[in-house]
Amino acid sequence: MSGRGAVGAVVRGGAGSLVLDASGDPGGGAGEPLLLGVRHHGPGSARAVRAALDAYEPVAVLVEGPPEADGIVGLAGDPGMRPPVALLAHVADEPARASFWPLAHFSPEWVAIRWALGRGVPVRFMDLPAAHTLAMGPEDDPGGDAVRIDPLAVLAEAAGYEDPERWWEDVVEHRAADGPGADGPLAAFTALGEAMGVLRDIHGDGGHERDAIREAQMRLRLRDTRREHGDRVAVVCGAWHVPALRARTSVTADRQLLKGLPKVRAELSWVPWTHRRLARRSGYGAGIVSPGWYAHLFEAPDRPVERWMTKVAGLLRAADRAVSPAHVIEAVRLASTLAALRDRPRPGLAETLDAVRAVMCEGSDIPLALIEDRLVVGDVLGEVPESAPAVPLQRDLARAQRTLRLKPEAQERELPLDLRKDTDAARSRLLHRLRLLDVPWGEPLASRGATGTFRETWRLSWEPELSVRVAEAAVWGTTVLSAATARAETAAVSATALAELTVLAERCLLAGLGDALPVVMRRLADRAALDTDVGRLAQALPALARAVRYGDVRGTRGESLERVAVGLADRIFVGLPSACAGLDPDGAAEMRGHVDAVHRAVGLLAAPAGGASAPSAAAGLRARWGATLFGITRRDGLPGLIRGRAVRLLLDDGRLDGGEAERLMGLALSVAVAPADAAAWIEGFLGGDSGGGMLLVHDERLLALVDGWLGSVGEEAFTDVLPLLRRTFADYEPAARRALGELVRRGPGTPGGPAPDDTLPGFGPGTDPGRAAAVRPVVDLLLHGPATAPEEAR
Amino acid sequence: MTTAPIAAGGPRTVSSETVSSDAVLRPHAEVTFADELAALAACDDRPRPERWRLSPWAVATYLLGGTLSDGAVITPKYVGPRRIVEVAVTTLATDRALLLLGVPGTAKTWLSEHLAAAVSGDSTLLVQGTAGTPEEAIRYGWDYARLLSRGPSREALVASPVMRAMAGGATARVEELTRIPADVQDTLITILSEKTLPIPELGEEVQAVRGFNLIATANDRDRGVNELSSALRRRFNTVVLPLPATAEAEVDIVTRRVEQIGASLRLPAAADGVAEIRRVVTVFRELRDGITEDGRTKVKSPSGTLSTAEAISVVTGGLALAAHFGDGVLRPGDVAAGILGAVVRDPASDRVVWQEYLETVVRERDGWKDFYRACREAGV
Repeated sequence: MSGRGAVGAVVRGGAGSLVLDASGDPGGGAGEPLLLGVRHHGPGSARAVRAALDAYEPVAVLVEGPPEADGIVGLAGDPGMRPPVALLAHVADEPARASFWPLAHFSPEWVAIRWALGRGVPVRFMDLPAAHTLAMGPEDDPGGDAVRIDPLAVLAEAAGYEDPERWWEDVVEHRAADGPGADGPLAAFTALGEAMGVLRDIHGDGGHERDAIREAQMRLRLRDTRREHGDRVAVVCGAWHVPALRARTSVTADRQLLKGLPKVRAELSWVPWTHRRLARRSGYGAGIVSPGWYAHLFEAPDRPVERWMTKVAGLLRAADRAVSPAHVIEAVRLASTLAALRDRPRPGLAETLDAVRAVMCEGSDIPLALIEDRLVVGDVLGEVPESAPAVPLQRDLARAQRTLRLKPEAQERELPLDLRKDTDAARSRLLHRLRLLDVPWGEPLASRGATGTFRETWRLSWEPELSVRVAEAAVWGTTVLSAATARAETAAVSATALAELTVLAERCLLAGLGDALPVVMRRLADRAALDTDVGRLAQALPALARAVRYGDVRGTRGESLERVAVGLADRIFVGLPSACAGLDPDGAAEMRGHVDAVHRAVGLLAAPAGGASAPSAAAGLRARWGATLFGITRRDGLPGLIRGRAVRLLLDDGRLDGGEAERLMGLALSVAVAPADAAAWIEGFLGGDSGGGMLLVHDERLLALVDGWLGSVGEEAFTDVLPLLRRTFADYEPAARRALGELVRRGPGTPGGPAPDDTLPGFGPGTDPGRAAAVRPVVDLLLHGPATAPEEAR
Repeated sequence: MTTAPIAAGGPRTVSSETVSSDAVLRPHAEVTFADELAALAACDDRPRPERWRLSPWAVATYLLGGTLSDGAVITPKYVGPRRIVEVAVTTLATDRALLLLGVPGTAKTWLSEHLAAAVSGDSTLLVQGTAGTPEEAIRYGWDYARLLSRGPSREALVASPVMRAMAGGATARVEELTRIPADVQDTLITILSEKTLPIPELGEEVQAVRGFNLIATANDRDRGVNELSSALRRRFNTVVLPLPATAEAEVDIVTRRVEQIGASLRLPAAADGVAEIRRVVTVFRELRDGITEDGRTKVKSPSGTLSTAEAISVVTGGLALAAHFGDGVLRPGDVAAGILGAVVRDPASDRVVWQEYLETVVRERDGWKDFYRACREAGV
């Protein structure tokens, strides 16, 4: 970079101080307007702006921002307005296309606006109208050769700093915090304007292609204002633009630049903002990472480091860490000495955090994360007076209600939806999104008599307070979709329980929030990875497996969703055997429920409804589940209930043939096994509503085993196991119970002795013609269908 | 650069070149780097705290390396975040005791030795902490022959390194502070807060002279051994030494150390070992950090430390296996058992952690099929 030397000459000098040069006059004399080049959201700039305005007493103030906001700038003086707030511009009827100009109370622009409003001085915005910027869309990222430069980074680099934030802190913020020194209130602006002038000479627009147009507009607005109010005008804008505003150009040339710009109808409003969002890049294009620290610097009347450390100590004490005033003293000393070692004029954020970590947090980053979240960023939420124009979220909702023909009526009514129809699906999504936003206009009902996943029934009722809820939800976004997405993402980040997240994932799918889903899934995967309780994992799996299914139905099949579900299942497989060990009977019963639930979920996951889908994450899932179950059947230490259940599930899946099941049952019912455990095994294998009765009816070997075991149980033990057995057999269908009774009365063993080779295990030899004839018509019907059945049936 | 402060056991080893030139097996830091210290002192014009050989800035430069205004090159002694060194040096300059925490192999002792050498020009005032460290090692003992013949006097007193540091305004070092029994640890409280060491037997005291300070090191996974009392902890500024920040740096350290160890054990050089080393380091880092290297999946962390030192021993063990029982090429099977042993410290919980890692991370990873199989075979 050829110009680095020139820039360096301006900004380098001593310990990171600006070299002041009289030639870079910020103006303000001899009929020139006062140009205050600032850094958006810089507390030092804000103080300097206030001091400069006090000294100069302009008759009008111009601020960078969309001129359409001139009409609502007065609201900034309203007592109900509390920063951080943002100027919001959006395309009329299309709130999704929006831009924000966030303002914190330490923003120079905000300070200038309040200064002007407080003195009755007219204040105007001077940037390109939002009508044009919105129409032009976001400034494209320059591709390839055109690299957009960050002016501060270039200056910082020239001054030998790696971090532009730090350079700025050292030369501007900290210097300005010294108060008006010998340099006077304008010195920093002079030096910075000069440095920017050199930069602009070298880099031109530095890749910010739209700047030429914007600056032409700024010059025109400045000219208009001077004509109206005289030359004593103050301008607050990004330091980058100062040289361009001083440039002498002709009105015609500027007008020419502004000709033929695309245009839309834009609407402006104020919206509440948060510190967290200030940390994001938007509007002014200058996201700041430490709004809380800046706010502190701006507010602290003196001794900022001491006050900051006291705040930190307070926060840590509230989090139950012992922090004494001695700690605060040592932390301040360390931070100051560290700053000296690093050649900084006073401790910056990095030094204070290093000191806090070493002195108060025992070197750990964990409490430090709390400090960064609560203090460095901060939880501050702005407020906007009620007189501010309607929020775009409200309009977006009204538009959606119009297009979907869903009138907000107080009258309660039911609305059945068929999700296969586009309109109905859109209605369903809207209602689900509103529910996510805590605007419970509709309430889902269990679909009456309907089958399948494509039906939904809602109960709708629009209560007046829902409008208030919509206004409250405006903080999340400008459209129902973006607000619901932001809300779901936030909920995902703050959710603590795994089950909460799976429910959220399901709701995101229902609401069609494709953008929020990855965040939710990410959190879900993280929580699942760290959760050691198999029970909780097992509870989460069914909802997720269902969600994979829903995804199919609604055409929003999520690969990521399936991957997460399979990952969850794999974790369960690994943890299940050891989680089953050492359970009491109640715990075992609960775990059996989990095993069943996982089994069903695996069934859903392993057989996606899509049918011939490509080999996916679910491949081999069933086999791995089978291996896990096998492992369980072989571990003697596990409760009989669960082992029995595992054998049964394997048998039902055809992974275990009857012979092996018989062998395992024989083992479980051996004399060496305690009767109570054996009875539990039987309950697991045959109990519940799983059709165990029919199994016994049809596999007489199993029946014989149970029968033989029962006969061998001693008298005392029999009284103990009786309740278990009663529980097992009481749930059977009456028919199964009767059939079993008959078989048992007939006596042990099969009528025909040992089964010959050609029969299925457990079945008698040969065919009983009488009984076969009875079922043949039904079998025919099943095999050939009703059309041909009459001919076949003789 | 030849010194490898982060390498496992780094604090206890100095690279062979520096040793070979001297009859002493392991010269002290202030001897080895006497030239650099002199060069720094010569062009150091910044204010020095009382009895410091160098200014804090020069100490930081000595540790982090750099080129001086007169062209002298200072080799970096510590490879790691600059912030760590700056906070450590500043702590000593503000007259607070410094506690260096870290898992094995993070160069705690190395850093403490070099700090003492640069600040006081003497790194020998050292108390090695063990379970049997007595109070005398921190305060003072007696020369009993003299005590019996002449009665209690300053001549009969055997000063500890800490006492000598106090009297001379130098830097004392305590190694493995958490291994020292709690009651002995607390002897330091008076020294650190009152800056004085009373000798009741003589009715005297030794007062610390300006320039006295203390650097302690402790293994932060050892907390259970003899956790510091809160009274003592309050008197330290704590700096946690991190493990190597990037996988590349760690692979580099492991490779270098493995080569050195392999050479001394006369192990035949294994071909193509780097891929396997990278894999071991990846597994260790992922389990340690609780997140996969691509940052997409979280994993549970086992109870073991999984330090760089252990990675080195796993690879060395694998090399020995490959050399003596295999075909001389380091294969997944050679390291699988070692990894399993390092990861599964607690048979119940760590086993689940390891299996889960195998099933959810290793199984799906491209090119890791053979490693997955080897781990399954190594037993789960």
